[in-house]
Amino acid sequence: MTTGPTLLQQQPTVFQQPTLRIEAPRGWINVDFKELWDARELLYFFVWRDVKIRYKQTAIGAAWAILQPLMTMLIFSLFFGKLAKIPSHGLPYPIFYYSALLPWMYFSGALQNATNVVVEQQRVITKVYFPRLVLPLSAVVGGLLDFAIAFSAFLVMMLYYRIVPGLAILLFPLFLFLAVLTALGAGLWLSALNAIYRDVRYVVPFLVQFWMFASPVAYPSSLVPEQWRWVYGLNPMAGVIEGFRWSLTGRGQPPNILLAVSSTMVLLLVAGGTAYFTRMEGTIADVV
Amino acid sequence: MSDVVIHVDNLGKRYRIGERERYLALRDVLTRAITAPARLFAPRKSASSSNGNSNGDHSHIWALKDVSFDIRQGEVVGIIGRNGAGKSTLLKILARVTKPTSGHAEIRGRMGTLLEVGTGFHPELSGRENVFLSGAILGMSKAEILRKFDEIVDFAEVERFIDTPLKHYSTGMQMRLAFAVAAHLEPEILLVDEVLSVGDIEFQKKCLGKMGDVAKSGRTILFVSHQMNQIRRLCERVVWIDSGAVRAQGLTGSVLADYETACSDAEKTREGGRGKSAAVRFLSWEIVGPGSEQHHVVETTGPVTVRFTVEINKPIRSGRHGIHLYNNEGLNIWGAAAENLQLDIGIHEFNFDISTLPLKPGIYHWMVSLWDGGREEDLWNCVPAMHINTPPMAHPQDEWAGLLNMPYEFSANPVQESPRSPLVLQVAYADADAEGQRS
Repeated sequence: MTTGPTLLQQQPTVFQQPTLRIEAPRGWINVDFKELWDARELLYFFVWRDVKIRYKQTAIGAAWAILQPLMTMLIFSLFFGKLAKIPSHGLPYPIFYYSALLPWMYFSGALQNATNVVVEQQRVITKVYFPRLVLPLSAVVGGLLDFAIAFSAFLVMMLYYRIVPGLAILLFPLFLFLAVLTALGAGLWLSALNAIYRDVRYVVPFLVQFWMFASPVAYPSSLVPEQWRWVYGLNPMAGVIEGFRWSLTGRGQPPNILLAVSSTMVLLLVAGGTAYFTRMEGTIADVV
Repeated sequence: MSDVVIHVDNLGKRYRIGERERYLALRDVLTRAITAPARLFAPRKSASSSNGNSNGDHSHIWALKDVSFDIRQGEVVGIIGRNGAGKSTLLKILARVTKPTSGHAEIRGRMGTLLEVGTGFHPELSGRENVFLSGAILGMSKAEILRKFDEIVDFAEVERFIDTPLKHYSTGMQMRLAFAVAAHLEPEILLVDEVLSVGDIEFQKKCLGKMGDVAKSGRTILFVSHQMNQIRRLCERVVWIDSGAVRAQGLTGSVLADYETACSDAEKTREGGRGKSAAVRFLSWEIVGPGSEQHHVVETTGPVTVRFTVEINKPIRSGRHGIHLYNNEGLNIWGAAAENLQLDIGIHEFNFDISTLPLKPGIYHWMVSLWDGGREEDLWNCVPAMHINTPPMAHPQDEWAGLLNMPYEFSANPVQESPRSPLVLQVAYADADAEGQRS
């Protein structure tokens, strides 16, 4: 009968196969990017699965991706635009609101999905190992499909109103990337929190509502007095929304202090979220 | 010398149990955060002991403590233990599903885990889609799944329904498909947790067959099961986990024997009922014979000699020696008696030369008695119990294997083309009979 495992120390550690070490987590965990990259196909499958299931279950299917921002845009145009007469950089109200609702709908959808994804995949998490970060990532990436559909409607609107975007449109991909990062940052926090403290998901709808009004969706950020602009920029979505509006329509706020502060917040959010999520991974597996 | 592919070193896992509510509410945490901000970021692993929280107590249990063992390349090792001993926890830690509280493990090579059948299956998706999804979750690349797709569907026998949503499949079909996907994982190390005990007989036979193939192809397998016959068939070594610790590890035969002894109730020595007379006393018993190093273990279905040593303190003129063999459930399997014994004072050996003991591997109990002229002088329920440790030849499933472990040879021979006359038919059957007996 074998006793203590001393064989390991006697052999030279030159093995062709990679060695995996399993041990209790210590300190702040580093993200294993190689592992994450290796799991990219799994990420694709998770996204594919979510999209497929979502569209199989809804009666209207893809139309929902357009209906939501469209309806909101109509309400805003009517009440904030026509009736309250909020300034809109000279843009027609529908364009003004829709260009902001595009990133906003993506963000709120991704946030809701990310919050619930870990708990919903409880069965899979407790039976198989894969880099857990794939789950909030899949929620954030999955929202891009709906975004693309809503975006196509936006293009139609642009044609209708004969708005031609300026050179700023070249920066649009950057702002899209920033939107994804923001969703990821917030999503990481919420997905970990919800797995551990189950009442978090009841807070999220309220959080999203509040957050929307704190962001320049229904009004331009120029409404905020100059000296407070940077405080306003502490909202990571502020820079994203303004950036979308500016790059898509050519009007509105070009990048300034607001964007700088906002982007920094986004990076902090992502870094913090990743750290928290990876640190709590062990706990999540036990309590989910 | 083969490499160690799984090295487990003092692995421990502690869980918090108790009456605290299963899920914390954020509001409670936030309240506490205001009073002590640093605690908010402490990972809630149960290793941290003194959390002065008002709701719930701090009882912990160590599901695993100081578990250490090594597994070499190509070994098939069984993990046994009672329910709740910590086997699944151990597998979960090795599968990286949960993190250990203490100690560490090292794994060399690609590892696949089968902790459940149907991981990742979603009822709304079709069989085809689920194969891809499940395969990806288990660790196969898309190219790999594409390559093996036909094989998988073939193994599961669901070709006709592969594009129907899974919710329309029967449970059996779902399980077959799930196992088919898992069976085509080709990792170097495979961890399997009792998944072979689900499903109907046909399915289990198929699974066992596939497991056997995997084992023969040189892969390392760690296998949790309650089916002793399966363990005997597949595993060369066994690790016995009891209450979170390694109670024994070693060759299948001896560890299983110890395990079954511990599980059986009949190890209480029933010394009550022994005659008070010191005239006769059975002292000990043993298995004697060539190749029999262990005196209470039978390892062959060939001839065996069982010897009982008895101390006689008064002359016996018309003695009768009775012997019974009981199985672990107390069933009287065999009984015999030797009559008209004449024994002088002294130590005697009663020998039974038995040509074969074709019994199912397990624990058996001898009972011997000596009577003199109608009066019972001594009756002894022999201790220790006898272990029969022969290689299993019966049906792989415990509930079908029966009581015997008989060596046998099977052959099937075609009977001659028979005309309709019943007389000729009878002759034909007799011929077949004779042929069967000859071969």
